[in-house]
Amino acid sequence: MTNLIPVFDFERVVVSPWTDSIDTYGWMVLMAFLVTATCGLVGNYLILRRMALVGDAISHSVLPGLAVAYLFTGALSVPIMFAGALGAGLLTTVLIEFIHTRSRIKADAAIGITFCTLFALGVVIINVFASRVHLDTDCVLYGELSYLSRGANEIAPPEVLVMGGVAIVVVLLITLFYKELLVSSFDASLSASLGFPPKFIHLALMAVLSIVIVSAFESVGAILVIATLILPGATAQLISTRLSVCLWLSVLFAALSAVLGLHLSLWIGSSMAAAVVVSGTGLFVLAWLFGPHGVLRRRLGAREGEGGLEKDEPQAGAVTE
Amino acid sequence: MNHQGVISSFARHGKKIPALVLLLLVMVFASPAHAARIGDVTETNAWEQALRFFTFRDDGLRVALAGCMLLGLNCGLLGGFIVVRRLSLVGDTLSHAVLPGVALGFMWNMTKDPVAILIGATLVGGVAMLAVNVITRTTKLKQDTALGLVLSSFFAIGLCLVSMIQQLPTGNKSGLDKFFFGQAAAISEGDLWLLSGTTLVSLVFLVVCYRGLLTLSFHRGYGETLGLPMSWLHHALMLFTSFAVVTAMQAVGVVLVSAMLIIPAATAYLLTDRMHRLLIYAAIFGLLTAALGAFFSFLGNNLPTGPFMVLAGAMFFMAAFFFSPRHGWLIRLWRQRSRRLRTERENTLKAMHRVLENRQFHGESVSLLELAQLRRETLEESRHRALELERAHLATLSSGGNDVHFTPEGWQQAQAIVRNHRLWELYLTNVMQFESDHVHDEAEKIEHILGADAVRELERKLAFPQTDPHGRKIPGVRDAESAPQPRSELTGYKSS
Repeated sequence: MTNLIPVFDFERVVVSPWTDSIDTYGWMVLMAFLVTATCGLVGNYLILRRMALVGDAISHSVLPGLAVAYLFTGALSVPIMFAGALGAGLLTTVLIEFIHTRSRIKADAAIGITFCTLFALGVVIINVFASRVHLDTDCVLYGELSYLSRGANEIAPPEVLVMGGVAIVVVLLITLFYKELLVSSFDASLSASLGFPPKFIHLALMAVLSIVIVSAFESVGAILVIATLILPGATAQLISTRLSVCLWLSVLFAALSAVLGLHLSLWIGSSMAAAVVVSGTGLFVLAWLFGPHGVLRRRLGAREGEGGLEKDEPQAGAVTE
Repeated sequence: MNHQGVISSFARHGKKIPALVLLLLVMVFASPAHAARIGDVTETNAWEQALRFFTFRDDGLRVALAGCMLLGLNCGLLGGFIVVRRLSLVGDTLSHAVLPGVALGFMWNMTKDPVAILIGATLVGGVAMLAVNVITRTTKLKQDTALGLVLSSFFAIGLCLVSMIQQLPTGNKSGLDKFFFGQAAAISEGDLWLLSGTTLVSLVFLVVCYRGLLTLSFHRGYGETLGLPMSWLHHALMLFTSFAVVTAMQAVGVVLVSAMLIIPAATAYLLTDRMHRLLIYAAIFGLLTAALGAFFSFLGNNLPTGPFMVLAGAMFFMAAFFFSPRHGWLIRLWRQRSRRLRTERENTLKAMHRVLENRQFHGESVSLLELAQLRRETLEESRHRALELERAHLATLSSGGNDVHFTPEGWQQAQAIVRNHRLWELYLTNVMQFESDHVHDEAEKIEHILGADAVRELERKLAFPQTDPHGRKIPGVRDAESAPQPRSELTGYKSS
C-alpha cells in the first residue's frame, strides 16, 4: 500500500524527457498534443450540438470497422483504416437514427444498443479470426503512445505524420466552413434557410469525427478518445462563451494536458494516454473551480452580495459568436 | 398511495419473478462447485463442446453459467426501469466510471476480494453520479457532456490506478484485466454468492418499491406532490444498478456491461406496454441472453463471454425490432400495406356501388368499362382492382373477365363504406356546420376507419337519416332493398 505511489524523481520525471531522451518523449508529447487538439476541436462542436455521447458511440464502433477492414485486406494501410472507420462511423449514425425513428426505442437506448452491439461484434471478429486480424484488444482499450520511432530517412514517425495530416485537414475544414458549422450547430432551421442543409452537415461532421477517432484510436484507445473529444471543449466552454475563443482555448488545453500527462505518466508509470486524460481532468476541475464562472467565484460573489460576474455578464447563456 | 398499498401491490405483481429466482438458486446450489476454467479442455469439436454444455458436466461451467444467468436476470430487471426512464447512457457511464473503485477495492488487501471490490466500486459509482449531477447544476454544460466527461475521466483515473497496482510485486497476477472484456470462467464461487445476493436484494427492492418506482418513472412530479420519497427511490435505483454493474463486470466486461442493462429491457420494451410485463420479459431476455452468450463463448475455447452475450442480446433485439406483434417495424409496414390494400378494395367497392346506384340498381353486374370511366382510370387498372376484389372474395368476374359482381360479403362491405361516407358528410354539414361542398374529401378519409360503434352512434345522433347532403340515399344497417335483385348460381349470389 505504501509503495503504491512511486518516489518523485525530479531528474527522471521532469528534466530527462526534455534533455536526454527528447527524441522519444518529444514525439510522444507531440502525438498526444495532436490527438488531443484535433479531437478537442471537433469535440467543441459535439458539445454544442449535444452529441457528446454519439462521439462515445462512434469511438466504440470504429473497432468492427477496423476489424472488417483487416479481414478483407489482410493488412492495415492508412487509407484502408480510414475507409473502415468511415464506414463504421456512418453505419453507427444511420443505425442510431434508424432504430429510434423506426421504433419506440428512445435515442439514448438506441445509442447504447448500437455501439455495444458493434463493439461486441468487433471483439468477436478479432477473437474468432485471431490469426488474420492482428488488432491488439488491449491497445483498443488503453491505446499506446509509446514506440513512436523515426526511421532513418523520415522526418517524423509515420503515426505522427498521419495524425498531423488529419489535424491540418480538420483545422482547414473548420476555418473554411466556420460559418456553416456555427449556424447549423445553433439554429438548424436558420441553417436550412441559408442553404446549409443541417442533415448533410451532421453526416459530414460524423464522417470527420470517424476519421479523427480512428487516427486517434491507436494512441488513446476506444474509451479515452471520448475524453480527448470532450475534455478540452468542456474546459474551454467553462472559461469562454465565444466559440472562436473556445477553439483556441481547447488547443491550449490540449498542449497543457499533453505535457502534464507525460510527466504524470513518467512519475506513476502508467500508460501515457491515461495520464494525459487524467491531467486533462485536472485542468477541467481547475477551470470548474477557479474559472470566470467557476464554483468558487460564484460563491464569493454571492457572499459579497454583489452577484459577482453574474450581474454584468449574463453567463447562463450558451456559447455564442 | 400509502405503504400498505405499495406492499400489497407487489404481492400481486411479483409472483412470477421469485419463482423463477428460486428455480435458479436451486439449480445453482444443488451441487458444490469449484472454479475450473470453462475452456480448460483443449478439444475443439463443437458438438462435443455443445454436449458438455448441455449436460452441465463441468463444475466450472455450472458456476459460470449460473453466474451469467443471475447477472442477466439482475441487469434485465433493473434495466427495465433504466430504459423506461431514458437513463440508458447513465448505465454506460456508471459501468466505465466504477473502474477506479474496482482498483481501490483491490488495493484494500491486494486480492480480488469480491466484497471489497463491490464496496469500492459502488462508492466510486456514487461519486461519479454525484459529479454528473454537480457538473450539470453548476456549469452550463449539458448532461450528455457531463456523462461523457465523467465516464472517460474516471476511466482514465482507473487505468492509472490499475497500472500502478500492476507494477507492485503482488499486483501482477491480479487478474484485473479480466474486468475489461469479461470472462465468465473468471467467476468464482464467492462471486456467485455475491451475484445471487445482489440479485436477491435488487429483486426485493423492485418488488417492495414497485409502485413507487412506477410513479418515479412515469409521474415523478406527481409522486413528489404526494410526498413520496422520489429522490430516495432514484438514488436507491442507481445504487442497485451500480451493484448490478459491478457484479456483472467480471463476466461481461466494463465496456459491454451497459449492454446487459439496455438490450434485454429495450427488447422487452418493444413487446409490451405494461411495466410489470416489461420487467418479466426483460428478466427472461436477460436470462436467455446470458445463457446463450455463455454457450457461444464455451463453443470456441476461451473466447470472451461479454461480446457473445451482447450479440445474443442483439439478436433478440433485432427479432423484436422487426417482428414484435405491436411495435415491430416489418409488422407495422405489413400492417400499413394491408391497410392500404383494404382502402383500395373499399374504394373499388364504393365505385361499383356508385355505378349501380347511377343505374338505379338495374342489373347486377358492373362492367370494367363503367368502373374505369367512373374512376377515370385505364381498363387495365380497373381489371387489376377487380382481380384484387376477387382475391379477397368480395366480388367475382364473369363474361371473360369483363363484368364484376358483388359477392354477399362484398355487397355488405360496399354498403357499409357508402354508409360511413354519407353519414360522415351529413354529420359534418348538420352538426359541424361545414359547407356541403367541402365535406367529400374529409369523408373519403374517415370512411375507412369508422368503427361499427361510431357508425351506430352517428346514426343515432343524426336521427337515422335517409339521405345525405347531396340527396343520395344512405344505406341503412338492415337495408337490403337496394341490392341488385336478380341472383344466380353462376355469379355466386345466394338467392335469399
